[in-house]
Order: sequence, then structure tokens, then C-alpha cells
Amino acid sequence: MGFMDAFFRKRSSGSKAKDRLKLVLVSDRANCSPDTMEMIKNDIIQVISKYMEIDTQGLDIQITQTASEGGNGNVPAIYANIPIKEMKKSGK
Amino acid sequence: MSEVIVITSGKGGVGKTTTTANVGTGLAQLGKKVVLIDTDIGLRNLDVVMGLENRIVYNLVDVVEGSCRPKQAMIKDKKYPNLFLLPSAQTRDKTSVTPEQMKALTDELRDDFDYIILDCPAGIEQGFKNAIAGADRALIVTTPEVSAIRDADRIIGLLESEEFKQIHLIINRIRMDMVKKGDMMSVEDVLDILAIDLIGVVPDDESIVIATNEGEPVVNKPTQAGKAYENICRRVNGEEVPIMEFQPDGFFKKLANLFRRGY
Repeated sequence: MGFMDAFFRKRSSGSKAKDRLKLVLVSDRANCSPDTMEMIKNDIIQVISKYMEIDTQGLDIQITQTASEGGNGNVPAIYANIPIKEMKKSGK
Repeated sequence: MSEVIVITSGKGGVGKTTTTANVGTGLAQLGKKVVLIDTDIGLRNLDVVMGLENRIVYNLVDVVEGSCRPKQAMIKDKKYPNLFLLPSAQTRDKTSVTPEQMKALTDELRDDFDYIILDCPAGIEQGFKNAIAGADRALIVTTPEVSAIRDADRIIGLLESEEFKQIHLIINRIRMDMVKKGDMMSVEDVLDILAIDLIGVVPDDESIVIATNEGEPVVNKPTQAGKAYENICRRVNGEEVPIMEFQPDGFFKKLANLFRRGY
């Protein structure tokens, strides 16, 4: 790896700082504890599982920033990536 | 029309007191009548940065408790007769004053001054609440560091929940040589994260240390930081002054720049 490092300069500490800050601020701003996140995640699994089979291992839910529709600035948003294993046959 | 401005940051040691001293002095240079209030009760510092520590008779707590009139506690600056300091008390604590009392005091001072500038203590407790109580505008001081920016974000959130309309950012102690190497967050990085209006950028400058040693603000001196503070004051006063790009320069370029352009 040392050989490769010489060619691909390590990511600068400034951009690392920015990325770390962004992550920290997302949870600071949302004022949302990991416990609450876990509860939200479990509830979402429950609701969606009623209609389809989902891959609970591959599930990814987080609070991120997104540009607000109103125009100025960013607002927090829940981002969820939920892989579907199989659509359940609609039981009529 | 007079304006009450609070200078705050959340984190300690990012340059609130230095900024207060320089913005206050700069506005006085523009001919405005200015009073600086040190609201950091128990940790008095603005007096030494201004070089006025030997002239203190009464302090902020004396004024609030009615032991003296505001005029009696105010110290006139060494150079500018239109610049005053209301020092903090050293032997009391933050609970000696309430937000209501601070608001009443700043409102009273509006009749006599163009600008009332409050140096806020670090933290988000009582001292912070006292300092922001009567303010119209907040200047947030931060440095391009993770901890300072995180705290600034928290302060911005608190001010927004208090319905503050005017919140402006000062990025202090930036080092363009490090930014160029990618080892320090740039002005754009900080603005991208905090998403508030920028009112000034102050480079990391030895002249600040030297000026503070001597108890004199840097704003009237021909240094990078001095020019940066001068520009901030003109913007506070409503002038349109562009934020100049500044590059890490060699010695001679730096010297030439001092005479050529502002930061």
C-alpha cells in the first residue's frame, strides 16, 4: 500500500474536518439520539413489512441535509435506503 | 439610529474579546459614538485588551444594581473621545445580572450611543442569555476548526430560536497557506456548513498578539488583520465592501499588498 500512497496523496485534513463536521452537525441539529433513530428504524421496518419482505440487514436510515424547497438553506431530512427482497402477493 | 450588537461564539478562545475591541475602535474611527460592554462577569478581559485596566472605578454590576450611574462607570478610551468601555465585575458571577436588567441597560444607552457592543462570555448559559437579551444583531466569531464551528452552529440555532433577524459571521485566524495545502477549511467550506451571511475574514496575524500585549487594538495599524477589521467595521456601518480574496504571499508581495488592497 505504501507504493500506492505515493501516487494517491492522502485525503487532506481540511476535507476530513469538513466531512466530520457535517456528520456531527446533522445529529446536533436534528437533536435526535441514536436510541430514537433505532426506534424510528424499527417502526419503519414494521410498517413496510406488512406489505413487502425487506432486507433488514441492508437497511440504512439516517438524518441528512437537503436543500429546502423554499429556496434558501438546507433542512434536515430522513434518508432511508430499504432493499426489498420480495413483493408480497396482495392478499385480497 | 442606534444599534446593539452582541459578539459571541459559543467556544472560548476564538477571539470574541479581540473582535469586540477592534470592531468598537474601528466604528469609533468612523466617527460613531460607541460603548463596549464586557458582559463576562467574573472573567474581566476587555479592559486589558483595550489597555484601560488601570482606570476602572465602577463596573457593570454596580450600574445594574444602581450603585452608580452608567456614565460614572464608563471609561473613556485613550485615543478616541467617542469610544467608551463599561467594564465587567471581577469578583462577582454571571447570576449577578439578569437578561431583563441587561435589556433595560442597553435600551437606556441607545439614547446616547450609535453603537452598543457587547462582548459575550463563552458558553450558552446565563452569561450568554444576559448578553443577547437586548441585542439587535449578532456577530458570530469562529475559527476554521471543527470544535469552533460546531459551537458556532449551536449558537446560531439558539439565536434563531430567539428570533434573531441579523446574524453575521466573522471567520477569524484563517491561514491561507494551510488552506492552499488543504490542511485548513476554507472560507467557502465554513460558509457551506454554517449557511449564514459572512461579514468578514480575519487572517491569523502576529500583529494581533503584539497589539494585545501592548493593550492597543490593531484596527488602526497597517497590518493584514488591521485592514480586515477596518473592512468589517465599514460593513457593520452599512457600506458595501467586497470580501477580498487573499493569497498566501511571500514577504515582498505581502508588503506590496499592504499598500494596494484590503482583505
